[in-house]
Formats: sequence, C-alpha cells, structure tokens
Amino acid sequence: MEFLTTMGLEVHCELSTKTKIFCSCSTEFGGEPNTHVCEVCTGMPGSLPVLNEQVVEYAIRTGIATNCTITQYNKFDRKNYFYPDLPKAYQVSQLYLPICQNGHIDIEVNGVKKAIRIKEIHMEEDAGKLIHDPWEDCTLVDYNRCGVPLLEIVSEPDFESGEEVIAYLTKLKSILQYIGVSDCKMEQGSLRADVNISVRPVGQKELGTRTEMKNINSFKAIARAIEGERQRQIDVIEDGGKVVQETRRWDDTKGMSYAMRSKENAQDYRYFPEPDLVPIEISDEWIERVKNSLPELPEEKKARYISEYNLPEYDVDIITGSKYLVRIFEGALEVCGEAKEVSNWIMGEVLRLASETSTEVEDIKFSPENLGKLIVLVKKKVINRNTAKEVFEKMFSENIEPEQYIKDNGLEMVNDDGAVLAVVKSVIEANPKAVAEFKGGSAKVKGFFVGQCMKQLKGKADPATVNKIIAEELEKL
Amino acid sequence: MVIDDKMIDYIGELARLRLQENERESAKNEMNKIIDYMDTLNKIDTNGIEAMSHAFPVKNVFRKDEVKPSINREDLLLNAPDKSEEAFKVPKTFD
Ligand SMILES: [Zn+2]
Repeated sequence: MEFLTTMGLEVHCELSTKTKIFCSCSTEFGGEPNTHVCEVCTGMPGSLPVLNEQVVEYAIRTGIATNCTITQYNKFDRKNYFYPDLPKAYQVSQLYLPICQNGHIDIEVNGVKKAIRIKEIHMEEDAGKLIHDPWEDCTLVDYNRCGVPLLEIVSEPDFESGEEVIAYLTKLKSILQYIGVSDCKMEQGSLRADVNISVRPVGQKELGTRTEMKNINSFKAIARAIEGERQRQIDVIEDGGKVVQETRRWDDTKGMSYAMRSKENAQDYRYFPEPDLVPIEISDEWIERVKNSLPELPEEKKARYISEYNLPEYDVDIITGSKYLVRIFEGALEVCGEAKEVSNWIMGEVLRLASETSTEVEDIKFSPENLGKLIVLVKKKVINRNTAKEVFEKMFSENIEPEQYIKDNGLEMVNDDGAVLAVVKSVIEANPKAVAEFKGGSAKVKGFFVGQCMKQLKGKADPATVNKIIAEELEKL
Repeated sequence: MVIDDKMIDYIGELARLRLQENERESAKNEMNKIIDYMDTLNKIDTNGIEAMSHAFPVKNVFRKDEVKPSINREDLLLNAPDKSEEAFKVPKTFD
C-alpha cells in the first residue's frame, strides 16, 4: 500500500527579552538553580503578574514578518494542569484571542514553491525544569526558565514531507533571528518543535489519526523522528491495527518513539479568561510603527543580493539564510566593496573552518571588517592567496587584526621582481639535472622550478610573477 | 447540563481532590446551583451587547523590560515543604 503523510507543526520559541513575561526576573540562560526567580514566577499567593511590553512588541513583529493579521483586541487565558514544572498549576496562554492569526511562510523544496499556512501565534510563559535526583529518588525543580516569554507558532497541517518541515523550520528560524526576537538556540531549548503526524492510504480522503511528538530539539532529530513515526504508523495499519491518538516521545539515540504515560484527562485544560491580566489593545499606529521598524527580511535580502551583486542563487541562499552570515557579508563588503570575493570567502574558508571546528555560525568570533581588510590586502598584492588563507585561520581562531599580524610575522609578498629573479636564477643554477630534463622536452619540470622558488621565497611571492619569470629564464637557456 | 456522580468524580480528579461521600453530595448540589444560575443568565437577551472579557474597563497595563533583582534563594525556599540547598523537592515525577 502507498501512504500519504500529513503533518502540522507547533513551534515554541523563547523570546530574547531581558526579563520574564510577567515579572522583572532575568531571562539569562544558565544561572544557578532558582536564582532568577521571584514571588510572581513561582506563583506565591497574593502576587500579581504585569505584562512585559516588549513581549507584545516582539509578537507583533513576528506576526508581521510571517504575514499574519494582528488581533487588535487580544487577551490571556489560563490553561489548567498539574505538573510540578508549573508552580501556579496553570499556564498563562492565549486560547480565544491569540495575538496573530492567518499568516503564511513560503518555502521551497527541490525547486517547488509552497506556502505553509500559519493558523495562529500566541504568547505564553515557559515552564521550569525538572531534574531527577537518583540519590534520593525524587525530583528537584528549578524555576529559572519558568515565566520566560514564549511564542507558540502553530501551523496548519500543510506539510507532506520531512523536507518541507525542515525547510519551514529553517526559514522560520532565520526570520526570527533577522527580526531579533529570538536567538533560536535549539541546543538551549530556545526553539523547540512539536510535530503532529498522520498517515493515510493513497486515495483515502479523510486524514488518518494523528500522534504528536513533543520537544524535539534539532533539525536532524526532527527529520529522523518524522521518518520513524511515519513508518511506525504505516506498520501499525499494515498489521491491521489502528493508530491511537497520543503524545509520543522521540528517543533520538534509540531511533524510536514511545507513548508518554497516558493521562486520560490530560487534554481537558479547562481554559478560562485570565482575570489577573487586562486585555491588550493594539492600535493601527502601533502596528504601523512596528512594520516600519522591521529590518529587511531574508526573502527581500536574497532578491537584492542577486540583482545588486550578481551572486549565484545557491550562495545567496546560504548567506541570507543566516543573520550571522549576513553580518559577516555586509561588514566585510563595507570595507572592501568586493561582493563576489566576500561571498567566496564565506562559502569557502568561513564555512569550511566552521564545520571543521564544529562552530555554530552564531558563535563565529572574527570581526567582519577584518575579512574585508584581508580581501583588500590580497587585491593590493600585499599578500598572496595562500598566505591570506593562513592569516584567515588565525583570524578565525583568535580574531587577530590581519594588517598588524602580517607585519609582525613578515608575511608580506616579495613584490620586487629583481628579488624573485635572483631566486629563480639560483634555483636554475642549482638544478642542472632538471634543466637538462627541460631541454629534453619535459614541460612538467617547470612545476618543480616553481615549487623550489616558492619554497625559497617562503611562499611570499605572487605565483603568477614567479611563473612568468621562470618561463622567461628557461626560454633564455 | 447536570452535575451527576460521574461528572463530580471527573471534576474532582482534574482538581486533584479526594472527595468523601458527604462532600461529594454537597459539592454536587452547589455546582448544580451554579449551573442553574448560568441557565438563568443564558435566558437574558444579549443581542447587540459586546462580550466582556474583563471586569475592569482597563487595558494595556505594561511593564518596561528592565531587570530587577530576584528574591534571595534562601527566602524563596523558606516555606517549601521539602527542598534541597538549591531547589524545590517534589515526589518523583516523570512523563
Ligand atoms: Zn520572577
């Protein structure tokens, strides 16, 4: 039997505000347990929440950047459930009037363009962290993350393949980073995805029963989880069974999912309007102001790079896909004005070193201006390309300033043709055997001379000049 | 809607309340009274009246995004029924 897969995504992203959504505790990652916590975010009796204005601002920004309609009158609701990571026994969220609705993100997979619809985006608070204590066989609770503002971005079930899911997440992540609302560090949990997935035989109209996989936190794990769960559902159906609607946890090391302890009433959240918070009214002026303050988005930037700089689409896709690569590109370009060169350096050395040293692009340390300077130094023939690559490795690892470094280490190219000529002459004189071979008609021995000369010049000469002088000198023999 | 035994048990379970037999009966009666009152309200013609989502005619109460000191961890954990040096301690919990 052939099967079709249908998926929907709920993405949680932690906003990069300085403080929590309803109190002034810091949202900084990695503090000592329970040190960014107060009476509000632990739900102590008598405490009252006050909404962080920046959260609303960021939500509006996200809504506009994802083509949503902003709900100009929106409010919070309580989602009730008991779990120790939630000290109030309810999560403040938005059910009835979420701040953004009916948007879409355009993706492209294997040359096919497709719009993924966004049902809604709502504001809510993150939960705390449970740590199992194996010594005492109990659970310890750290509320530092509790109350960190989240946006939950809910898509329509528009995905038909894992590739589409990954393309959407990649695009969404780059939009969120561009507009500065989240750093989207999956390894720190600031971007997490829940995948709803169902399969149905080709020809069947109604969707199959769906399962939900929660909190998968890397793109690769998401791709594997989707494939694993799709296959599991198909196996169940082909064995004559029925897929049960449930929440499953994906174990990426074992490569399989398992059902989470079934809580029969877990879905009954008894939402009701949050009485401790007043409604939010977003004026036309506010929306207009946010719209005007949005930076150029990935799509617009891509089009501009192609038309303005005449760069290949593939390279532009990679560079504009990350706000951090864009920062390098634009910073270096401003100094050297050579778009093609900067793009080549990013696509070549920058990404090569990042991958070799397992550095995330957001953690790249060198200053983009220094890459611009390096490109200028090559263009002015102060150093040759090979030296530039060596210098760049130093820049990449230690963020050195190239001009000074080249001076300090005497890496400048020998631009004195006389000096090159002297070296060429001495090499020819020292290698009569090779000269004889050259005279005997072996052209490839030329390479030997070039190598010997570059060695004597410690690699600091323009290879083209060396080549030219060797050719001239050999001709004279 | 009527609150019957099944419903009261379900609500009790959701609220993590263990109800004794006599408590169940009185809870049932009280809740049925509340539901009856809702029925009364439902009879009122509310055509043309905008839905109210909050008791106070107040909107847009915001805070600036500025960090203020959190509370001292020792004080925070002071009233916890069980705790370690740095965290609240609860019975073993897992998914
Ligand atoms: Zn707090």
